[in-house]
Amino acid sequence: MKAMKKPVLTKKILLYVTMSFLAVIFLFPLVWMVMSSLKGDVQIFRDMTSIKAFLPPMPNEVDGSYFQNYIMAFERVNLFRYIMNSLIYTIGIIIFGLIVNSMAGYALARFQFPLRNFWLAVIIATLIIPPESIFLPLYVLVFNLGWVNTYTGLIVPFIANAFAIFLFRQFFLDFPRELEEAAKIDGCSQIGIFFRIIVPLSKPVFATVAIVLFINHWNDFLWPLVVANDDSMRTIQIGLQYFMNQPPIQWGQVMAALTVATVPMLLIFIFLQRYYVQGLAHTGSKN
Amino acid sequence: MVTRKRYSLKTREGKEALTGYFFLLPALLLLGVFLLYPMGAAFYYSFTDFYILRPGEKNFIALENFQMILGDAEFRQAFRNTLYFTFLVVPIQIAVALGLALLVNKKLRLKVFFRTAYFSPVVMSLVVVSILWTFMYNPNEGLINEMLGLLGIPPQPFLTSPDQAMNSIIVMSVWQGAGFQMMIFLAGLQNIPDHLYEAADIDGANTFHKFLHVTLPGLKNISLFIFITITIAAFKLLVQPMIMTQGGPLGSTKSLVYHIYEVGFNYRDVGYASAMAVVFTVMVLTITIIQRILVKEERG
Repeated sequence: MKAMKKPVLTKKILLYVTMSFLAVIFLFPLVWMVMSSLKGDVQIFRDMTSIKAFLPPMPNEVDGSYFQNYIMAFERVNLFRYIMNSLIYTIGIIIFGLIVNSMAGYALARFQFPLRNFWLAVIIATLIIPPESIFLPLYVLVFNLGWVNTYTGLIVPFIANAFAIFLFRQFFLDFPRELEEAAKIDGCSQIGIFFRIIVPLSKPVFATVAIVLFINHWNDFLWPLVVANDDSMRTIQIGLQYFMNQPPIQWGQVMAALTVATVPMLLIFIFLQRYYVQGLAHTGSKN
Repeated sequence: MVTRKRYSLKTREGKEALTGYFFLLPALLLLGVFLLYPMGAAFYYSFTDFYILRPGEKNFIALENFQMILGDAEFRQAFRNTLYFTFLVVPIQIAVALGLALLVNKKLRLKVFFRTAYFSPVVMSLVVVSILWTFMYNPNEGLINEMLGLLGIPPQPFLTSPDQAMNSIIVMSVWQGAGFQMMIFLAGLQNIPDHLYEAADIDGANTFHKFLHVTLPGLKNISLFIFITITIAAFKLLVQPMIMTQGGPLGSTKSLVYHIYEVGFNYRDVGYASAMAVVFTVMVLTITIIQRILVKEERG
C-alpha cells in the first residue's frame, strides 16, 4: 500500500505546483494593477524589481491617502461622467432589449402567422453579420438622424439583438402551454398573458440575457468610439483610452481608473455567477 | 381564396397572425433599419466615391474601389497581420483553454480557487487589459522586463519592435481570453459520462489513451464551436493594436478592421472603406461557411 500511495502523492504535489504556477501567471497583472493604484509613481517603479510590486504600500510610504490616485484620476478626467454614460448606455440597451427581444422570441415560439419561418431564418442569418462591417454606414445613418453624441444614437441601434431573440425563443418553446390556455379562458388578452404570466415566470432567461447584454456593451469599444466623441458622452472604455494618452502620464492614476472600470464587471461576476455561467453554457450549446 | 380567408382578421387564425406581428414587429423594424439597411448601404457605398465631407456628391464608380484594394500595400499588410494573429491565437488559445479545463476538472480541494484565478482576466475589458499590458511591456521600466531580468534574460523591446509587437499582443490576448473557453470546455468535460472512463479502465487504457479515445471525441462539438468563435473573433482584431501600438511599429500590428476604421473614419473615405468592409465581410462569411461544412462532414 505504501508503495502505491507515494507516486499518487507526488503526482498530487506536482499538480498543485503546476496549477499554482498558472494561477500566479493569470493573477499577477491584476494584483499589480490594484496594488499600483495605491502607490505613487516613484514607488511603483521602485517596487517593480521585487515582490513588493504585488504588495500594498507600507503605511509610512503612503503620501496623504491610499486613494490619492483615485482622487486625482476623478479630478483630471471626468471619470464619473464616463461611468454614468456607460451605465445609461448598457442599462438602456438592457431595458429596451429585454422588452423588444422577448416579445419577438415569444412571437416566434408561440404564434402561427404568415412568413414566420422566413423571419426566423432572416433573424438567424443576421447573426453572421459582423458589427465591424456595418459601423461606417451605421454611423452615416445615425449622423443623418442627428443622433451623434446622444444616448439615442448609442442605444437604439443595438436594442434588437438576434442572439437574444434566439435565446428567448428557445426558452419559450419549452414553456408549458397550459398556463396560457387557462389565462385565455379567464379572458386575459394576449398582451396581458405575456406581461402578467409569461414574463414573471421567465426570470432566469431574462437574467441571463440581461447579463450577456451588460457584459457585451459595458466592454463595447468601436461603436461608442465613433458615435460618442464628445467628452461629455464618452463611455468608460473610451474614457480610459483618452486618459491613458493624457500627458503627463501617471501610471498610478491610470491603474486607479482601470480598477474602477473593472469593479462593475467584478460585482456581476461575484453575485450573479450562476446566471453568468448559464449564459456561457447557452452560448456553448446553441451553435 | 381559401388562404386569403384564413388570414381575415375576423377568424381566430387572423387574430393570432395579427398578435404575432404585433409582438415581432418592433424587433423586425429595428433589425431592418439598423442592421440590414447598413449592410445594404455598405454594399452600395462600395461602388461609389462617397466621402463624408461632401455627402451630396456620390458618384457610381463601379469596381474602382475594389481595384484599388488589389494595389493597396497597407491593405495587404493589414490582411497578412490579421491572418498571422488568427493562425497563432486560435490554436494556442484552444490548447491553453483545454489544458486549463483538464486541470480544473480534477478533483482537488482548491479547484474553485484555481478556476476563478484562470477566469479572472475575462472579467476585465479588452481596453483595461490592453492598457495594463502596455505598461507591463514597457521596454525601459516595464514589469515583464524586470521579471525577465531576475531570470537573467536581457530586456526585450516588445511593443516597440516590429518583430515582437504582434507576438506580444498574441500572448496578452491568449492570457485574457483562455479562461472563457476553459469554462465552456469544462461544461463539456462534465457532460462526458463516467462509465466511458470506467469502461476504458477495464480495458486497461492509460491516461493518454483515455484522453485520446474518450475525452477528445466527447469534446468534439464543443471544440468545433470554440474553434469557430475564436477564429471569427480573432479576425475582428481591433482594440489591442489601437490601444497598445496604434498599428505600429511600421504597421506591423495594423489589422484589417483597424485599417477600415482609419480609412473610413479618420480619412472619411467611406466609399473605399466600405469596399474593404465588404471584402472583410465576405472573408468572415467564407470562414463561417467552410467551418460549417467541416462540421457537417464530421457529423455525417
